[in-house]
Amino acid sequence: MKGATHGSISPSYPRVVPAGDEAVLVVFGQEIRRDVNQRVHALARALMEGGPAWVREVVPGYVSLLVYYDPDRASFARVHDTLLAWATGEAGAALPPPRRVEIPVRYGGLDGPDLEWVAAQVGLEPEEVAARHSRPVYVVYMLGFLPGFCYLGDLPPELAVARRATPRLALPAGAVAIGGRQTGIYSLDQSPGGWRWIGRTRLRLWDPRRDPPFLLQAGDEVRFVPE
Amino acid sequence: METGQERPGQRPRPGPSWDDIGFEVLAPGMFTTVQDLGRPGWQRFGVPQGGALDAYALAAANALVGNPPDAAGLEVTLVGPVLTVAREGLVACTGADLGFAIDGQPAALWQAHRVRPGQVLGFTGRRSGCRAYVAVAGGIAVAPVLGSRSTHVRARLGGLAGRALVRGDRLPVGPLPPGWRERAGLALPPPLRRHGLPQPARVVMGPQHDWFLPLAIERLLGATYRVSRRWDRMGLRLEGPRLAHRHSAELVSEGVAPGSIQVPGDGQPIVLLADRQTTGGYPKIATVIAADLDFLAQAAPGDRITFRAVDLDTAHRLRRERQAMLAAVARATGTAGAPGA
Repeated sequence: MKGATHGSISPSYPRVVPAGDEAVLVVFGQEIRRDVNQRVHALARALMEGGPAWVREVVPGYVSLLVYYDPDRASFARVHDTLLAWATGEAGAALPPPRRVEIPVRYGGLDGPDLEWVAAQVGLEPEEVAARHSRPVYVVYMLGFLPGFCYLGDLPPELAVARRATPRLALPAGAVAIGGRQTGIYSLDQSPGGWRWIGRTRLRLWDPRRDPPFLLQAGDEVRFVPE
Repeated sequence: METGQERPGQRPRPGPSWDDIGFEVLAPGMFTTVQDLGRPGWQRFGVPQGGALDAYALAAANALVGNPPDAAGLEVTLVGPVLTVAREGLVACTGADLGFAIDGQPAALWQAHRVRPGQVLGFTGRRSGCRAYVAVAGGIAVAPVLGSRSTHVRARLGGLAGRALVRGDRLPVGPLPPGWRERAGLALPPPLRRHGLPQPARVVMGPQHDWFLPLAIERLLGATYRVSRRWDRMGLRLEGPRLAHRHSAELVSEGVAPGSIQVPGDGQPIVLLADRQTTGGYPKIATVIAADLDFLAQAAPGDRITFRAVDLDTAHRLRRERQAMLAAVARATGTAGAPGA
């Protein structure tokens, strides 16, 4: 969406807007962009590591951070002003670089039944699709959909394919799939999903008995390593 | 910041021995799940907050039987289960009036009842509301997952194997709290029995009301919406006058708060509840205030809902009033000072 959706006022970023009476959205932009997303994660990490006591929980999105606050401890005005200062100020500057995680993947065959279809669609050999998929360093834009599901970008433009018209009902945990300019990893067995399933990792993205239970967090950098 | 770590008194327990079994499920009802107050702190990993939809009713039921507010109980939906009592103790039922009965005799809601092995808890039929809560002294003692016993069916998380109750299930119950016998008959006074759907549900506008035509906002705040049959713990899908977007119904996915009224391309609003996905990509025209989320739990298919906009100061005042009522419940039941809520 362009600025026209916000009426005659040209939106300026970052903005802090109410999302109900216990949360605010800190919005950094409107389009999926890596630099914008990095600001989301910088603010998220800063708030988690040393934020005000009224911050209860943060949820990163592509271009915004949802911040749950405790209205007993801070008014909306204070939340608004404080978060705006954190979002525009130095808070994110001194943070450590993102973690880099390698994910081993087996492409094609039973581990990626849609690889051949994708290859035919984009006019490449299946091996070349796998090679190009595993070349970039992706960023975990956010987690969502189901526990541990990761939205990663950006997929090389030549691999962008349409999602399935009818979603699969039962993808296995570890399925690596692509859709549009994104790639993702399914975290639960029997996940429904509309993306094209091209590979599978043996790593478990989440395990409630493991500490920490989640392999990846938003803001991590990921490389797929064919095996 | 909440980290979702285990709360005191909710450590994982070994598998239930026969002595720990509080109930056996003779019939599961329409959709009965183990719920506590949810698992905050994990949304950034895609784990829904979950928890009892009418959190007030669960906290009140827990207070009546001497539990902390965040002990796990049963959330009962429209058609209740039939449970055999396996161990003596205390139960309380709050929220919707689904015809709660003990051994076939009507049993008062918002009141603690002593139960003995062999007795049967059941529900004779819905009179009002949608979701009832059954608390048992000691709490339902399934193993917590990420700090909570709440069941999330789609993620197969928490509760009994991450699913609703089925016939034959055995429900473990924790140790009886001291002085439980003296609580039998304890009841909440009518002003503290908070249930039913207020007309209208109160909202604060946004976060994306500027994505909608002015007519859409007029309609949301003026028209009557009906709860659709496609309704669950994730969201209350509504049917009524179409809410038209200015340009697009596609938003870059972002975190979504409980009570968000998201509007997909068809213009029919969906009010997001505790089991919603943590992120979503539809614009949200308004958000139901925290104080009114409990009431949304009591809306059943076919019920009518209207909305009224309030400012944030009003929303926060109403939130404090709800907290004051919970504090009054704790005083009335002698559970003040218990952690949680």
